Amino acid sequence: MEVQHNGYAIEVSALHKSFGKVHALRGIDLAVPRGSVLGMLGPNGAGKTTAVRVLTTLLRPDSGRVVIEGYDVVRDAAAVRRRIGLAGQATAIQLELTGRENLEIMGRLSHMPRRSVRGRAAELLERFDIADAADRPAKTYSGGMQRRLDLAASLIAEPSVLFLDEPTTGLDPVGRLGMWEIIRELVGRGTTLLLTTQYLDEADELANTVVVVDHGRVIASGTPNQLKDQVGGDLLEFAVPDRSRIDDAVTAVAGLSDSAPTVEPATRRVKVAVGSRGSMALVEAVRRLDAAGVVTEDLALHRPSLDDVFLAVTGHATEATPDTGSKARKSPAAGVPS
Amino acid sequence: MQPVIFVLLFRYVFGGAIHTASAGGYVNYLMPGIIAQTAAFATFATAIALAQEATKGVIDRFRAMPMARSAVLAGRLIADSIRMLIVILVIIGVGYAVGFRFQNGVVGAIGMVLLAEAFGIAVCSVSAFVGLAIKDEESVQAFGLIWIFPLTFVSSAFVQVSTMPSWLQVFANNQPVTLVINAMRAMALGGPHFPLNPALWESLVWLAGVLIVFVPLAVRSYRRVG
Ligand SMILES: Nc1ncnc2c1ncn2[C@@H]1O[C@H](COP(=O)(O)OP(=O)(O)OP(=O)(O)O)[C@@H](O)[C@H]1O
Ligand SMILES: [Mg+2]
Repeated sequence: MEVQHNGYAIEVSALHKSFGKVHALRGIDLAVPRGSVLGMLGPNGAGKTTAVRVLTTLLRPDSGRVVIEGYDVVRDAAAVRRRIGLAGQATAIQLELTGRENLEIMGRLSHMPRRSVRGRAAELLERFDIADAADRPAKTYSGGMQRRLDLAASLIAEPSVLFLDEPTTGLDPVGRLGMWEIIRELVGRGTTLLLTTQYLDEADELANTVVVVDHGRVIASGTPNQLKDQVGGDLLEFAVPDRSRIDDAVTAVAGLSDSAPTVEPATRRVKVAVGSRGSMALVEAVRRLDAAGVVTEDLALHRPSLDDVFLAVTGHATEATPDTGSKARKSPAAGVPS
Repeated sequence: MQPVIFVLLFRYVFGGAIHTASAGGYVNYLMPGIIAQTAAFATFATAIALAQEATKGVIDRFRAMPMARSAVLAGRLIADSIRMLIVILVIIGVGYAVGFRFQNGVVGAIGMVLLAEAFGIAVCSVSAFVGLAIKDEESVQAFGLIWIFPLTFVSSAFVQVSTMPSWLQVFANNQPVTLVINAMRAMALGGPHFPLNPALWESLVWLAGVLIVFVPLAVRSYRRVG
């Protein structure tokens, strides 16, 4: 009953889902190629979890079509469930059971043979750095260990499409880096991943394609770099300690790009948008400033963050705000937000 | 632990002030009541565990797996029923230590245990529904299961209904927990028309009714978790 085999692991068109009067999803379209990572980015209440729950057969869509690995989530839910793994927003492990028991039970429930479950569980415990605590009840684990166990549990049956709803929420910086590492490794082995996050750097770090969701709609999409280009690309920034030389510095870097440098007199900082010319512009700037004999401090190239993207496409920062989305939408800003 | 405290409390603290006409004294009157109450209270754990699993996404995870959708619910109810049976047997052991004795032979004793278990399972189906419908662990604890208290205390569990004010007797005499406990008592201690005590048949009808209503409700809320 495979519907089509077109290289997409996840295809979503015109997906709507409401809870009573709350329109959680108002027409979502997605197409995720096999083996790639889609980062779904959005503030609280944007509809990320709702989308994940529809895509993993937990909620029925009101309308629209969702196809996972060629199987429709409504008509062929059982076939979809055999191919997916889910780690939800909350950690869903059995606290009274040990880490190993948690994994083995999930494996058995996925109809894996007993022998291969045992090996696979041991391998995951090792990989997720919980082997030392494998035979302790999970309630004795730290939050980070529980989260890792939770992710391991979603992988036991080697799903070909994995859904992770805010996998690094609640982890410390080291834990996040560790989780990123594991996620990269998985993707390296060909798993298709849909990842939701509120962390812009996380989407930037892990995703091939990012969709920005707000109020149940996709308001921007593209590779992280495409989204950044929408806000004017890289930003070159430096300080001039000697106030009298600021004008010379501005003259020196003025030719670097089409946009004129801006000066913040209070901090003696000069900024210039250099588009996608990044490091080339950096080298050129150093050369010109040196030739002009201007001494600078903190000369650096900033990649605009996806925060800047969010601001540019929604007109508000990443905090959920009470406006209704549509009326607040602005066209992407041409210049570089400061 | 709590049921053991109840046994000791009623046996030694309140027991002296409560007069019943049971063969073997108050402890024999008391034990069937305590056992039924213990079975009912044991279902708190079911309700709270299901509420936790619903909010923490455990049920979501299972439902996204290739398995029968009600298997998890059925598994929990079976496991909790077995745990309940163990608790009932332990409490009977404690009862024996403080002087309780079955008066009606092995068949009566087994019958009492089975009825207590059936009663516990019926209450469990209600608690499971409450846990899955309310989903918030604290609300379940605070008010979701409050109905168990009047049903078990305003019954024949600890005192004879005839000692209550008459308006309370109307409730106590006509609610299922009293029927169940009276039937358990008749089986444990010997009573009129054993084994065909009318309270037994009325109890079984009640329990069947509760299961017929609440099992489908629990299954339905399980499917709708989220
Ligand atoms: N079961 C439900 N019943 C009613 N409303 C719901 C339900 N689930 C979600 N919603 C509503 O749908 C909207 C989207 O919620 P959703 O959980 O999908 O957001 P999210 O993007 O995952 O947010 P967060 O970043 O906080 O996890 C919210 O307004 C939420 O209140
Ligand atoms: Mg969410």
